Amino acid sequence: MEKQYSFTANLNVKNLACWRNDQVLFNNLNLSLSPANVLFLQGENGSGKTSLLRILCGFRLADEGDIFWDNKSVLSNYEYFQNISYVGHKNGIKDELTVEENLNLMRSMATASDIKTENVLKQIGLFKRADVLARQLSAGQKRKLALARLMMTENSFWVLDEPFTSLDTATVEFFELLIKKHVTRGGMLILTSHHEINLSGLSVNHLNLSS
Amino acid sequence: MFTAWTQIFKRDLLIAFRRRSEIIHPIIFFVMVISLFPLAIGDDKVLLQKIAPAIIWVTALLATMLSLDTLFRSDFEDGSLEQMTLLKTPLSMLVTAKIMAHWVITGLPLILITPLLAVLLYMPSESISMLLLTLLLGTPTLSLIGAVGIALTVGLRQGGVILSLLILPLYIPVLIFATLALQNVEQGFSAEAQLAMMLAILVLAITLSPFAIAAALKVSLN
Repeated sequence: MEKQYSFTANLNVKNLACWRNDQVLFNNLNLSLSPANVLFLQGENGSGKTSLLRILCGFRLADEGDIFWDNKSVLSNYEYFQNISYVGHKNGIKDELTVEENLNLMRSMATASDIKTENVLKQIGLFKRADVLARQLSAGQKRKLALARLMMTENSFWVLDEPFTSLDTATVEFFELLIKKHVTRGGMLILTSHHEINLSGLSVNHLNLSS
Repeated sequence: MFTAWTQIFKRDLLIAFRRRSEIIHPIIFFVMVISLFPLAIGDDKVLLQKIAPAIIWVTALLATMLSLDTLFRSDFEDGSLEQMTLLKTPLSMLVTAKIMAHWVITGLPLILITPLLAVLLYMPSESISMLLLTLLLGTPTLSLIGAVGIALTVGLRQGGVILSLLILPLYIPVLIFATLALQNVEQGFSAEAQLAMMLAILVLAITLSPFAIAAALKVSLN
């Protein structure tokens, strides 16, 4: 049995609205997510999936509505943001640092997990390239490195925007397993993906922003 | 809280070291522009001596602005900035680490090379030490004020013009007090009042600008 996350709570979103260039992306959006649950966002391109994720992470302000974490508005609740692991379209890794330096940096600035950097490198198959500058990695390898962020910290709320772009099948399977482990530990996950993702055995809610 | 600060500070120094060419550009600009003046003016020692403080300070100001452009750009483009907003340490603290690292990389070499350039412009030695003192007090202020403008324009594609319109007026007080201090020393007066004002502006910039920078970066992310 894996160790459960110590910090986790319910997420509630009430009457959220987001406009872009005078166009309504979504309106009156309500959703809730509790520990050990997954929310799978669906919708066509431009339906506001990324915008919703960015609002949840606090990068973007909602035009209307509120987000509650543990029944408190997140606007004054910094613990909520500190507990997020976000992997978006941008990888958030530094090209001028080596693979290992990037991983250690991710770890050192948040609540670190128990897993050793060396083991993470082995698991994502970059052990032999630990001293290579991130600039020299392929797109898929960079993506792996970006997703390795999830393993470096003890954050219980993962927000993933198209996590599996340019990854090979074996790596996708590895991260699917990682997601399952995360959720069974009581973690929460919101993701968007146009890839088929195997989340069997988990309690997954679907939300379609197009309809 | 301070581990994240030192990590960012060290990270930025390391990245700068690995991207030396980009960092050295403003310093070369500084040296080149100042050494063009004696060539253009000719061997008029009195005139050069008279305008030397103005030349060095105006060039330092422009070099700082040139160097600031890279301050947040790569973090903004590769997504590191988004990740920084999710850390325990407030963004306003982390930006001070970035600015401090940036000043060590660009401001400090500028000050170190100034005595050489001052000799080129026939500055007397007592003025040179005052010049270094004003630069030491002034360039961190320039970096802090400039960072607010950079943070506001980092999301724009054509930020350069707006940036100079935005921050050059704010640089004027620093420029006035610095050159006034140098004039006073040249005429044999004390420059304490000007230095005290420059220190006051620096303290003000250190205390207030981090909050403005963090807020501006969040606007740019939005």
